[in-house]
Amino acid sequence: MTSEGVPGSTQSAHATAGADGAPAVSLAGLTRHFGERTVLRDLSLELGRGQTLAVLGRNGAGKSTLLRILATLLRPHAGTITLLGEQLPRRAWAVRGRIGLLGHEPLLYRDLTGRENLTYHARLHRVAPRRIEKLLSAVGMEARADDPVRCLSRGMVQRLAVARAVLHRPSLLLLDEPRSSLDPGAGELVEPLIGRISSATRVLTSHDPRAALAEADLVLALSGGRTAYLGPPSGVDETMIRKLYA
Amino acid sequence: MRTALAILRKDLLLELRTLETIPSMAMLAVITCVIFHFGLNRNALSGQLAAGVLTVTLLFASMLGINRLFVAEREQGGFDAFLLAPVDRTAMLTAKATALFVYLLVLELIAVPAFALFLAPPHLGSSLPGVILILVLSDIAFAVIGTFVSAIAVQTRARDLIGPMIGLPLLLPALIATARGLGPLLTVQASGSPPAKWLAVLGLYDLVNALLAYAVFDFLLED
Repeated sequence: MTSEGVPGSTQSAHATAGADGAPAVSLAGLTRHFGERTVLRDLSLELGRGQTLAVLGRNGAGKSTLLRILATLLRPHAGTITLLGEQLPRRAWAVRGRIGLLGHEPLLYRDLTGRENLTYHARLHRVAPRRIEKLLSAVGMEARADDPVRCLSRGMVQRLAVARAVLHRPSLLLLDEPRSSLDPGAGELVEPLIGRISSATRVLTSHDPRAALAEADLVLALSGGRTAYLGPPSGVDETMIRKLYA
Repeated sequence: MRTALAILRKDLLLELRTLETIPSMAMLAVITCVIFHFGLNRNALSGQLAAGVLTVTLLFASMLGINRLFVAEREQGGFDAFLLAPVDRTAMLTAKATALFVYLLVLELIAVPAFALFLAPPHLGSSLPGVILILVLSDIAFAVIGTFVSAIAVQTRARDLIGPMIGLPLLLPALIATARGLGPLLTVQASGSPPAKWLAVLGLYDLVNALLAYAVFDFLLED
């Protein structure tokens, strides 16, 4: 596996800087352990505002852990993280309202309806109720918005989870397999909310590396918690993908 | 305060929708009264024995509520959703303690009449205001300590064990004060007013625990 372009690298930082020069995401030496197991080791990268980072790697490579650290749900054990200009974890409170997390769990209460769930999240984020109706319509869930979440199909729950993740118009979207369980029609529905055209900075993982590469500005390939590749999508070929998922 | 209200509203709505906690607590309280009725082979109790039985009955039922307080947050991602929001973390403590307090009040609306029915303490009617005062102060202690313990327990694998193991020792002073405060109210010669000493102990205990829980709750939610 190549680690060219891995960097610490000025080249990478330059390539990903945003218009104002300040990256949206900056990691330096990020390390995280669970017990004695090191899940992420010495990760460094910079991602510009409005850009997309695709995180690739087989199951257990550390992708979800990286997303949870960026979401401020886990603390790093070493290294520095700067998100949207704020240092984590010290200034985590300052970025929480600007992050949208769409993870494996929808973060919705099964016994509440979709509308009730979104209303609860809107109250937490101080979002006006009219935004809820707009989003329910955007994800095509107005007709089933008053059904308990436990009565909905997995794809419908995922659509509600997308609405929940973007309810507060986050500047940074953390997307862990965002299109899992979505049929092609639903995938198109959520595209304006979480796709490239959302204009948010995005960090995404996907079970489909080719689809992730197609929408990435920067690719981070993880293997055993280490950086196996960091660079532009053009540097990732089929051989590398096969090795990464072997 | 708005955040705490949002969480409280959601918790009460979830309980109304699922009826998972309060009915179980009430059922356990009624069954405990029945067990005491037949186990002691008595139709009526008075004094400290009556107070002890009522306190233990409410304690057993409360532990169910304490154990379930954060289950939906843990199992359905409520913790993560809350931690992602730009809100004061102690809002969770305020909301959960208030929800538990409400559960306990509803429990007592069922448990105290059941206690009166099966174990008929003397003059309960005339002592009722004093009994209510003691129980409300006791409920505050249960609500604050119960929320604190439940927040710790739910993050462990052995949460059903951790709740009682940590909760019962912490609740001991409140349990003693509740039982000793109720005792004189449930005697034949009850004056109707609760003993000031035990009221003061309960009040002080509530205050100290509320301040301690407020100070450290934030850290319980941290990774």
